[in-house]
Amino acid sequence: MHVSHLQLADYRSYEAAYLELEPGVSTFIGPNGQGKTNLVEAIGYVATHSSHRVAHDAPLVRRGAQRAVIRAAVVRHGQTALIELEINPGRANRARLNRSPNTRMRDVLGILHTVLFAPEDLALVKGDPGERRRFLDELLTARAPRYAGVRSDYERVLKQRNALLKSAAAQNLHHRGGRDLPTLDVWDEHLAQIGAELLAARLALVAELQPLAAKAYGELTATQDPISLRYRCSATDEELDTTNRPQLVEILRAALLRARPDELRRGVSLVGPHRDDLQLWLNDLPAKGYASQGESWSYALALRLAGFELLRADGDDPVLLLDDVFAELDAERRRRLASYVRTAEQVLVTAAVPDDVPQELSGARFRVTGGSVERER
Amino acid sequence: MYEGAVQNLIDELGRLPGVGPKSAQRIAFHLLAAETADVHRLVNALVAVKERVRFCAVCGNIAEETQCRICRDPRRDDTVICVVEEPKDVVAIERTREFRGRYHVLGGAISPIEGVGPDDLRVKELMARLSEGRVTEVILATDPNLEGEATATYLARLLKPMGLKVTRLASGLPVGGDLEYADEVTLGRAFEGRRALDF
Repeated sequence: MHVSHLQLADYRSYEAAYLELEPGVSTFIGPNGQGKTNLVEAIGYVATHSSHRVAHDAPLVRRGAQRAVIRAAVVRHGQTALIELEINPGRANRARLNRSPNTRMRDVLGILHTVLFAPEDLALVKGDPGERRRFLDELLTARAPRYAGVRSDYERVLKQRNALLKSAAAQNLHHRGGRDLPTLDVWDEHLAQIGAELLAARLALVAELQPLAAKAYGELTATQDPISLRYRCSATDEELDTTNRPQLVEILRAALLRARPDELRRGVSLVGPHRDDLQLWLNDLPAKGYASQGESWSYALALRLAGFELLRADGDDPVLLLDDVFAELDAERRRRLASYVRTAEQVLVTAAVPDDVPQELSGARFRVTGGSVERER
Repeated sequence: MYEGAVQNLIDELGRLPGVGPKSAQRIAFHLLAAETADVHRLVNALVAVKERVRFCAVCGNIAEETQCRICRDPRRDDTVICVVEEPKDVVAIERTREFRGRYHVLGGAISPIEGVGPDDLRVKELMARLSEGRVTEVILATDPNLEGEATATYLARLLKPMGLKVTRLASGLPVGGDLEYADEVTLGRAFEGRRALDF
């Protein structure tokens, strides 16, 4: 798939912008702070309904404006879908698909698929487990939108259960072994059931990612350094080698039972997919703490590339967004990354200086200055 | 801000569910312009609802006497009880005309976030009714959302030792709709709950 048109109104630094894009590589060049990242952020927003830079929508609206509008024409299988998103901070966002006003936000989610590489990706390797859980969950949702529902159900169970634990902790009920909390059993069961569904999906995903990430890392770095993705489940000290849901439900149930005294004392849920981590290993050492800056960065890229390969294998090339990633790499790795991504149907690249972009990625070139975008001829 | 009485009315209306400040203002001015007799009828209806309506001593449904219409009806089947969250759920099920048993209204669903536990629901009353021994089946018809499911699970576990038949309403595709319009969760549930066709 590819984006053929992008129009922005009052989005970040853009009062109005209109771009025509083609399949293949397009490069956006301009000094810092001119709005390059805003362009790829907007395209990413069309795909995921969230920004990779901020958790809330308010910063996406140009200062002084009431709302921001993103319009994108997405071509897939020869069909064009026109997606319009109106971002209203503090109120419900609105969507239109092919100019039909009766469109729900979730109807336009999943039409465009993107894989974004950004400097923030370094947090995949160096950051908290939450970053890696989000990486897995976003990939799950992109492949099967059903998991958006599973994730929100799980969040809801967690909220309810934590509320119950908190009030129990306040009343010191754990002195009696929590016998006064028959409803906790019920929430345990729901956490185990929904948690196991999420867990099974994540484990299956990690198993699929492993060979792809290892291959991508090898090609990026031209090394034989083995990498391994190890899913650490908060419910057990052992490595899980099953994606069988009933079995995972059992494991979660048992762990919840063990953790109950602790949970009642502290008033929070301590077991479940929300406490899991995806450990990244390099040369039999955890990458976090042991890997160099360059290795960490290559590792993060390899994870994103593995995600790209998976989405691609599902049938349709996602649009690749490379936001300022070349500046961090040496010439050799730039070239390798370039030859890797060149095969995608559409690649959008941002860079501060043209020299950062390897020759392999020649294509349409846009100049970004002060909130305007011009194509170079 | 308006003069005393008008602003008071707007404030009171604004506290109703689903009524925002703009709607409250519109309703207030509508009432201001309405005939005195119409307003009195509304006032009487409001007062009557608080003074006359109470909850059925047996099932917890809305009633104007000690027992509600359904609990008083001798033609209803005493062996089946359908457990629902709210009186409006009773009305919804009654519209189907499929169910001829009795009801039990819980008055909500378990939700720790809102501080609602089993003790805040009419669970004890349900257990008392069941201990009379006439009931053979309990249908759990709480909402098909997380809180409703949790309440159903809780009740199912509570009822298990009593040796009753405990059933849960099915969830799946809406009748008369198109498959393509069903959301993923509903469709997923429908797949899970599929059944063999026997002819």
